[in-house]
Order: sequence, then C-alpha cells, then structure tokens
Amino acid sequence: MTQILFKDINKEGLHTMKVYEELGGYQSLKKAFAQKPDEIIADVKASGLRGRGGAGFPTGLKWSFLAKDVFPRYLCCNADESEPGTCKDRELLLKNPHLLIEGMILCSYACQIETGYIYMRGEFHDLSFIMDKALEEAHAKGYLGKNILGTGFNLDIHTHLGAGAYICGEESALLNSLEGGRGEPRMKPPFPAVEGLYSKPTVINNVETLCVIPYIVNEGAEKYASFGTEKSKGTKLVSVSGHVKKPGNYEIEMGTPTSELIYNLAGGIRNDNKLKAFIPGGSSVPMLPADKVDTPYDYESLAAAGTMLGSGALIVIDDSVNIVETTLRLISFYMHESCGKCTPCREGTRWLYQIVERIMQNKGQLEYIEKLEDICGNMSFKAFCPLADACVAPVVSSIKHFRSDYEEYFKNVGVS
Amino acid sequence: MWAVEILQGNIKMSEYKFSEDQEKEIATIFAKYPVKTSALLPLLTLVQRADQLVKPEAMVAIGKKLDVSPAYVQSVLSFYTMYHTEKVGKYMILFCINISCQLNGSDKLLEHTAKKLNIKVGETTFDEKFTLHREECLAACTEAPMMRVNDTYYGNLTEQRIDQIIDLLD
Repeated sequence: MTQILFKDINKEGLHTMKVYEELGGYQSLKKAFAQKPDEIIADVKASGLRGRGGAGFPTGLKWSFLAKDVFPRYLCCNADESEPGTCKDRELLLKNPHLLIEGMILCSYACQIETGYIYMRGEFHDLSFIMDKALEEAHAKGYLGKNILGTGFNLDIHTHLGAGAYICGEESALLNSLEGGRGEPRMKPPFPAVEGLYSKPTVINNVETLCVIPYIVNEGAEKYASFGTEKSKGTKLVSVSGHVKKPGNYEIEMGTPTSELIYNLAGGIRNDNKLKAFIPGGSSVPMLPADKVDTPYDYESLAAAGTMLGSGALIVIDDSVNIVETTLRLISFYMHESCGKCTPCREGTRWLYQIVERIMQNKGQLEYIEKLEDICGNMSFKAFCPLADACVAPVVSSIKHFRSDYEEYFKNVGVS
Repeated sequence: MWAVEILQGNIKMSEYKFSEDQEKEIATIFAKYPVKTSALLPLLTLVQRADQLVKPEAMVAIGKKLDVSPAYVQSVLSFYTMYHTEKVGKYMILFCINISCQLNGSDKLLEHTAKKLNIKVGETTFDEKFTLHREECLAACTEAPMMRVNDTYYGNLTEQRIDQIIDLLD
C-alpha cells in the first residue's frame, strides 16, 4: 500500500536531522523557493488535499482565503490532538518532527508567513523537547531563521504548550488559548484567515495536513491526486483502537474498505468475537453497525453511510458491549470538556448525561428516548462550535442503530 | 477563596521570587511572542513545575510580569485542567477512562489502582506520594488501556504491570 507519511516512520534516528536528510528530507525547499508562492498554493489546491484534523476543508483553498496584503500573518499548527481515538499526530511528532517542520516552512513560504507556532496539548510536554531539538537543528542548518537559503525569506517556528482542554483543538479556541486566554471558541466570521491570531490573517492546519505538503512539492500535485478516490485524494493515517488484535496507526489510500483496516491491518476482532459497531472518525462522529463494515474509508462514502471521516480514528467495538455504556462515557467526556460559553452545549451535555445515567440505573422509561432525541435536536447547530454536535453524534446514532440496547434497560426498570 | 482571605488580612502573602534560571527562561518565553499575554500559559506551567502547584503569590507575580490582574491570571488558570492550586502527590497518576481505554477494561484497572494505593479516585495518599485521577483521552489510544504518571505515558496496562510501575516509583 502507498506510504507517504509513514514511509520511513520506523527508521532509527528519523527524528534527527542527519537521518532525515539522508532519506531525502528538506529537498523540497529548493524546489519550492524556485517557484512563486502562489504557484505552491495552486499546487496544493490541485492536489485535492483536505484538512486532516477533522473538518476536511480543502487546504489550498484555506490558504487562498488569507486577507490580501495584510501582514504580519501567522501559521498555527494544530497539535492539540485530543479527539478520543486519535493518536496519529503524536506518532508523527514523536518519530518524524522534521517532516512537520519542512511542511510548515513550505506553507509559510506559500502564504508569506514569518512566524509559526506549534500548539501542542500540555500532556505532550516531553514531545515538545523533541520538537524543540528538531527546530534547533533546522535553525543551525539555515532552514529556519533569517534569509533562509539566501532567498530573503525569514521564518521562525516556536512550540507552545496548552494545559489540558479538549476544546483548544477547535481552531478559534486554540487562538484564544495561544493569546493567553481561556480556550473558548470565537464567533465566526471573521474567520482566522481574515482575523486570526492577534487579529492578523492566520492559517491553522493539523499536523498530518502539513506533513503532506513536502510530498506534494517534491512529487507534484498530480502524483498525490493519483492516490485515493475521485474526490478524496491521497492517503490518510488511521488510528485503529478498541477491540482489535493489533491496534495501531496505519496509512491507507483513501477509499480502502473499512473492513480491510479492521480485519487485515489491525488483525481482526480480539478473542475472535463478532464486530458490533465501529466509530470511523473519532468519538465526535456517528457510529455505524457491523453491516456497514465494507464502507470505503473516504470522505464521501462515509458521509453517504451517515457518518464522517473526522480525524481518522477508527474505534472498533465488539458484541460483548452494551452500546449505552459506551455512549454514556462519550457524553461524560463532552460534558467535562464543554467550555460553558453557550447554553445548548453547557446544559444539553448535562441533561443527556443525567437521562442516560438514569436509563442505565434501570430507572428509565420508553419516553426517555424521545426526550434524548428532543434535546439532541436542540443542541445540533445551535452552539458556537461543533462540540455540542459532537456530543449529539453518539447519542443519535446509538439510538438509531442500537435501540434494543436501550430497551434492555427498560426491561429491568425497578431492578436495582 | 484566598483572595478574600488576603483582603481580610488573614493571609499574609509573601512576594513571589523567580529564581535566576527562571528569569532566564521567562526571557526566552517572552521572545517567542509579539504580545506579552501569550506567555501566560507557559509561565503558569513554569511555576507549577517548580512548586508542584500554582501559589496565589505566583499568580500575582505572573500578573505583574504580563501587565494583567491576578484575577485575570486566575480566570485563565481555572479553565485548564492541568493546573492545580492545591498540593498534589509527588506522582500524579492520570488514568485514561475514555472510549478506547474503557473498551479495553480501564474501569477495572482504575479500581485496582485505587485499591493498591488505598485511596479513592481523586485523592492523594497519606504520605503525599501519589495522587490518582480519572483522565480524558491522552492520545495514545492504540496502547489502550493507558495512564500518565507525571510526564511519562504507560500503555498496554494490566494489573501486574500497574503494580510493577507503582512499586518502582520512589
């Protein structure tokens, strides 16, 4: 299978400049500097690359939205990886920090940015040392700093650590946090491309997205676009976790059947149990029942199946589990992480939690399901940011596909 | 509540002194950003790493450095789960209980850990060596079930492995 990001991921010493360069690292810079910035943006657009953090917005288009002639501009790399089930960025940061730096240099050159930040979640404290070391090496080589490779282009990149807040992975909350505030999301518009960090035009991209850029510059947009499906181009890192024999991060071509990921790459279901459900794109997307396991893993096919590709975290659930239990855990997560800024999310997540908890305590009634659906309807698309919608996803999808799991509890009403 | 206590004169707050090394580090942090307040999270992290908690006087001192009020510092601090204003154990054990870990039996393992330490989840041991908390996803789902002890991640946990890890910490 085509490996772009994970080609050399397990090579010893890949995190050092020496090994990274031996394997062809930083070759893209000369090629890029020979082109005009706009040509690179056009290439990224032509590659069909879409944001790998969750929303899947076309990367080149995002770059081209930057407010014209307003400087300085900023680049923020979103390394606040916290979507439950997702751990692909951590592997890239840990093993291949230079790939990210190279991608950030290319993005900064294309977007005429002179300062970049890597916003890492606070728990990645140790990873920030690896990244700082790599940044130092890049400085020493003249790939960062003033007048990079004699082109007159200047760029500095700094790491910045958060301090434990899922919501800071939302781009506008990330900006508030980076400015030294509470990580609450901002009203959009204005979008970050117009008014972002310090009210200046800002590009915010996920780690994986930026790591793809060197390949596009080196090999050309056409080559990248030749992988994947008609609309979902390239490859995707997928974190497979849960009830599988070989959990891990796997790079697949877009459009690979989900069953291939579960049964082949990840070795199948543990204890040879039966698959019950899977969540294809991190805890914020609707779950699917086992009969959808052949759905091709790409943006359009997963959308057609009623879910999303999200951040690329495939969580596999076997038939030993009652889905209500899983759902309650997810609601509990969103309740804990709701920043409290807007009412539908702050109150809604709590109500959902209380009702599902009552159901699990055998105190539920059939009408509770309607109540849950009603609350979900009042949360969807009614909050500043997608956290409320993320909490709704497991609830609505679990009711849709696993209603009988809820009904199990109603049979035992009164039994404590 | 300490703010009220200070106003009433019940607590005498000494001035917080940054060490020479800290001052150097602070200068490096400031150099990263065009706007001072961006240094707030890094400074809170800096003092917490030195003192194991963020003391009221440190909030005042950080406020002075950044030209913001101590109240602003506290309001930001209170948003993030990694800062604490009360003493915790030498080893902070954060046990992931989110979906991938839950599916792999984290609830039972957490129970086991609490029993081993003879505390409830959320408490600190009597000798102030361990604090045990539930934690949300730590982005190591392929190694589930996992926990974080101070800065170190431990994955693929079993009861035996947890016992070994805890026994080896001194």
